[in-house]
Amino acid sequence: MQIVSQVREPLITGGKTYKDITNDISRHVEAAPNKRWLAAVAVSLTLLVAGGYFMADMLWNGIGRWGLNKTVGWAWDITNFVWWVGIGHAGTLISAILLLFRQKWRTSINRAAEAMTIFAVICAAIWPIAHMGRPWLGAYWALPLPNTFGSLWVNFNSPLLWDVFAISTYFSVSLVFWYIGLIPDFATIRDRATSKIGRLAYGMLSFGFDGSAKTWMHYESVSLILAGLSTPLVLSVHTIVSFDFATSVIPGWHTTIFPPYFVAGAIFSGFAMVLTLMLITRHVYKLQDYITMEHIEMMNIIILVTGSIVGIAYITEFFIAWYSGVQYEQFAFVNRMTGPYWWAYWSMMTCNVVSPQLFYIKKIRTNIAWTFFLSIVVNIGMWFERFVIIVTSLHRDYLPSSWAYFTPTIYDIMCYVFTFGVFFTFFFLFAKFFPVINMAEVKAVLKDSDTKVYKGRVTISDDYVPEEDRVKEVESV
Amino acid sequence: MEKDKNFIVGVFGDHDILLGAVKKVREEGIKIYEVFNPYPVHHLEDALGYKRSKMPVAAFFFGLTGTTCAILMQVLMMGVDWPMIIGGKSFIAVPDFVPVTFEMTVLFAAFGMVGTFLFTRDLKPYKIPRVFDRRSTDDKHIMAIDIADNKKSPEEIKSLLQEVKAEEVYDKEFTNEENSGSFINYVIDLFTNGVTSSSRQLN
Repeated sequence: MQIVSQVREPLITGGKTYKDITNDISRHVEAAPNKRWLAAVAVSLTLLVAGGYFMADMLWNGIGRWGLNKTVGWAWDITNFVWWVGIGHAGTLISAILLLFRQKWRTSINRAAEAMTIFAVICAAIWPIAHMGRPWLGAYWALPLPNTFGSLWVNFNSPLLWDVFAISTYFSVSLVFWYIGLIPDFATIRDRATSKIGRLAYGMLSFGFDGSAKTWMHYESVSLILAGLSTPLVLSVHTIVSFDFATSVIPGWHTTIFPPYFVAGAIFSGFAMVLTLMLITRHVYKLQDYITMEHIEMMNIIILVTGSIVGIAYITEFFIAWYSGVQYEQFAFVNRMTGPYWWAYWSMMTCNVVSPQLFYIKKIRTNIAWTFFLSIVVNIGMWFERFVIIVTSLHRDYLPSSWAYFTPTIYDIMCYVFTFGVFFTFFFLFAKFFPVINMAEVKAVLKDSDTKVYKGRVTISDDYVPEEDRVKEVESV
Repeated sequence: MEKDKNFIVGVFGDHDILLGAVKKVREEGIKIYEVFNPYPVHHLEDALGYKRSKMPVAAFFFGLTGTTCAILMQVLMMGVDWPMIIGGKSFIAVPDFVPVTFEMTVLFAAFGMVGTFLFTRDLKPYKIPRVFDRRSTDDKHIMAIDIADNKKSPEEIKSLLQEVKAEEVYDKEFTNEENSGSFINYVIDLFTNGVTSSSRQLN
């Protein structure tokens, strides 16, 4: 039995019934693709094909196509990798951490956020593979496989190898978590299907799920344990990504603050991307009753909190650089702020530290247009953050004679565009063929949260529930 | 009466009514075959008298296997098979093995547990579920009572279900084919006869 809060807004508005939820969400899966969707897919496929051409050229001719030089050996490739992985953190955070904290508002957004996570991690994984130069040999460099040199194994002391394990575990566990969540909804669509293909396809996808009480009991247990496993996992992944830098001896990278700072930044950018995508999905699919202003405000508050953590981390880095008394460290940070890449640094500071502070104003954090705009600003800022960390720490190294400046080529840009093509193509396919909102979970929170169902609430036959837990009467919400 | 063929089905529209009904029906000494819900209903497993799920135990042991495999793999590769001095570290540099060990623990636990869940609940792509009422994945809670399991007459059971506020009570009979559905036969039937009466109109 739930404790009814008279203060909190209902999670699902519009007086929806259980049947309305099924209809509202399944309708988009069952309807034929409309022109708007086709146009969106056409755009994402254009990005995919155009970027794919440059990606293929780069793979054929080598990473010399990029603007790297002997001083700056990592630039957009690893920037994009960290950026996409960071974006991929919100989904698991929403579904796992918020599940453990019993935050019921997550039910409306977890499905799409998890899908976004999976697609973002795919985009991220493209980068370390691409930057190897000879990716077809990558399996021997990255996986503990015996090879022709008498089994010279991979180096388990290297954070780059930890990354391989972290990212692949994160991807596969997130995929399983997402799919387990989808099974009951596929069963719902299967049971509604009027076409033979729909019945068969969603029947197979649903794994023959029948919603029996015993299955639900085990299912709930599995979800809870998966959430428990994913929570440290999501925190570990960006921690390990930050180790790629933090365990090196490059001034500007060699910082103990990196793990928490990267994790906060990941959640920050992940929520921004969730908002960007959900605001569009909400508008196109008319899901205003499911993703309410309450949901948007909650996400904006998380952006505000994590954005402030990131801001403090930037300032702490500077303080520690000064306080350490190490002149290389001090130079790296002063150079970041005032050197040739000052524009990247100040873009990052503006987008990540200043702009989220606007969410202190309630009018702004409950305004769709502002939220959408700031969610994009945050993601631009977070891209600059990774660029600043990577390129400005490298471009002026110990020998002034080897100081250099990195300028991207068309291949850098188009390979990045390629990953956008991958991301949006997957996301649009997901939005069309999969239920974008977790129907079963929304139904489970409906009765405690919806105004109409509240008033019609039956309490007389509630006799399984102990006397003191019963809700006798609910007048208004 | 043959087992697993003839059922009485009660349809409920509200999970609180269902919880009360389950309790009452069980108090009357009637054995409930199974309850089907569109979403998980808390306390239902207690009301039905199910034992707690053992999935966490499976997860723990799979996780333990993962930890063991990860430690063995790293120690054998780095310390035994081809020891190499890397950055002046000892061959078996324990702190460096923590991240991979953790990741493999999570990987084994998650996949092992989900595999156990799918296996024990017999969920697989080519499974044909025996559907009592297609509304059970939409908005209704379905209580199925196997007539062969109960001494009480079907009429008594039905009147009891009506008493505990079932919206609908009806008989459901399964054919042998439906009871042990083969995937091939299902697909052939689907494409020859179409999505038949079991499908509802969309509204």
